Amino acid sequence: MHFDEPLSLECGKTIEQYDIVYEAYGTLNAAGDNAVLVCHALSADHHAAGYHSETDKKPGWWDICIGPGKAIDTNRFYVVSPSNLGHCSGSTGPRSIDPKTGKAYGPEFPMVTVKDWVRYQKRLADLLGVKQWAAVAGGSLGGMQALQWSIDFPDFVKHAIVIASAPKLSAQNIAFNAVARQAIMSDPDFHEGRYYDFDVVPAGGLKVARMLGHITYLSDDAMGDKFGRALKGDKLNYDYGVEFEVESYLRYQGESFVNRFDANTYLLMTKALDYFDPALEKDGDLSAVLKDIPTKFFLASFTTDWRFSPERSKEIVKALTDAGRDVSYLEFESNHGHDAFLVPMNHYLDAFKSYMSNIEVSA
Amino acid sequence: MTSLRPELQKICEWIEPGSRVLDLGCGDGALLEWLQANRHITGYGLEIDPENVQACLTKKVNIIQADIDVGLSDFDNGSFDYVIMTQALQALQHPNKTLSEMVRVGCKSIITFPNFGLWKHRLYLATKGRMPVSKNLPAQWYDTQNIHLCTVSDFETFCKDEALSISKRDFVDYTHRSDSLMRLWPNLLGEVALYEINGQINAK
Repeated sequence: MHFDEPLSLECGKTIEQYDIVYEAYGTLNAAGDNAVLVCHALSADHHAAGYHSETDKKPGWWDICIGPGKAIDTNRFYVVSPSNLGHCSGSTGPRSIDPKTGKAYGPEFPMVTVKDWVRYQKRLADLLGVKQWAAVAGGSLGGMQALQWSIDFPDFVKHAIVIASAPKLSAQNIAFNAVARQAIMSDPDFHEGRYYDFDVVPAGGLKVARMLGHITYLSDDAMGDKFGRALKGDKLNYDYGVEFEVESYLRYQGESFVNRFDANTYLLMTKALDYFDPALEKDGDLSAVLKDIPTKFFLASFTTDWRFSPERSKEIVKALTDAGRDVSYLEFESNHGHDAFLVPMNHYLDAFKSYMSNIEVSA
Repeated sequence: MTSLRPELQKICEWIEPGSRVLDLGCGDGALLEWLQANRHITGYGLEIDPENVQACLTKKVNIIQADIDVGLSDFDNGSFDYVIMTQALQALQHPNKTLSEMVRVGCKSIITFPNFGLWKHRLYLATKGRMPVSKNLPAQWYDTQNIHLCTVSDFETFCKDEALSISKRDFVDYTHRSDSLMRLWPNLLGEVALYEINGQINAK
């Protein structure tokens, strides 16, 4: 979808025109009120459900929750899943050509925030004929978008589904992002973000950033169960090669990420996370921000998630109950850490489905 | 209302329409569902058991999965018109702490519990010399969740000691009978005790 109307961004800059790539599943009803916006997290994209071809190894990132008879039932709901502005999978981002210069934006691509994303998503909704989102849903950074939607366009969002998320990043969260960015920016192939001009990518830096991120997505238990201290070979070599299975796994994760993701986009996405703080204007009082909104909330967290722990979700729940808003909050036992929201677990999927099936939409 | 168990029907009569209610250990959410539909209350249920939580979601009851024993620190003083806790007092780790949290968070608190002073329990203990087991307290001493059972007299003494004022009380048995004899000798005849307490008499 091409947008010609300039979008002025929170950072003060304006993007004159942009493209947004999205996937949609199901059918929009005549009243335009059965649409569900699915928001992706840091490294996922618009491909949220199903397979593109028979050779695909994996379905879309939230396929466990989206489809006929699933929590976000495509027999009832019209599901819209865009790739965010700044991303590298088809929507306009740092790798796209800046029409002003005829070259890739690179580091000139403006900083985009969760608030900015909500604004282009609103335009997308209008163009698609959506009158009101039956729900805006997402995990992690996606959940932040759902929360921001309820604040910025409260009457447009009946339900916000906020899973494994947080009301803002902690110092530790920001610190991890800062290290990831440093890894990318100190790669000699980074060229201050203009690496496209040199026909290289800061592969080493992006790989390290992803490896670091990946550690924060898993729990100590999950890593222990999966790898323990298992060796890659049959004995210790006393050198700096890959000796333990966990090292091999992380390297593989890092390398496969480099093949599909753009370093500048990674920088942007981590900054969007850092900047997210919807209560900033009210001196940190999220409850005051949420006071008069009609949106109903469903929040969930997972016990071993230490990136956005249950305590972080509870901060949002507290703000909502203080504000007297409708909210349900569930805490699921899982040893999958932050990634648990992408893992099929019956209790999680059943609860999510129960909540979604109670959302009323026109025939 | 007939679908609710007797003591919950009594509670429904006590709740002012349009109130803000917090139900601790709300089970499958039946009370909140009824109050939402018929008394237009708003509020939340707190429940820890996953199956009950799931039942609440199905009933469209706002449910917050939490452990009452961990406390109500996420709720501000006087933020609810009623804090209700039915048949959970005796299963808490620290019932005294929870009660003081309830009266902090709620303008009024409603508590129900099985009266251990019931004549049947006394008779059982007196004649058999063993911990009473009945239809309503079916578990054996070693696997019961009811670790802090009390009698009507115990509870009222506690309220007096803690300066909690009792604004309403009633007693029922499991057939919903609530006769005058039961009200005359509640500690002997009351099977389930219901209390509405009004926070500290002298606000501390």
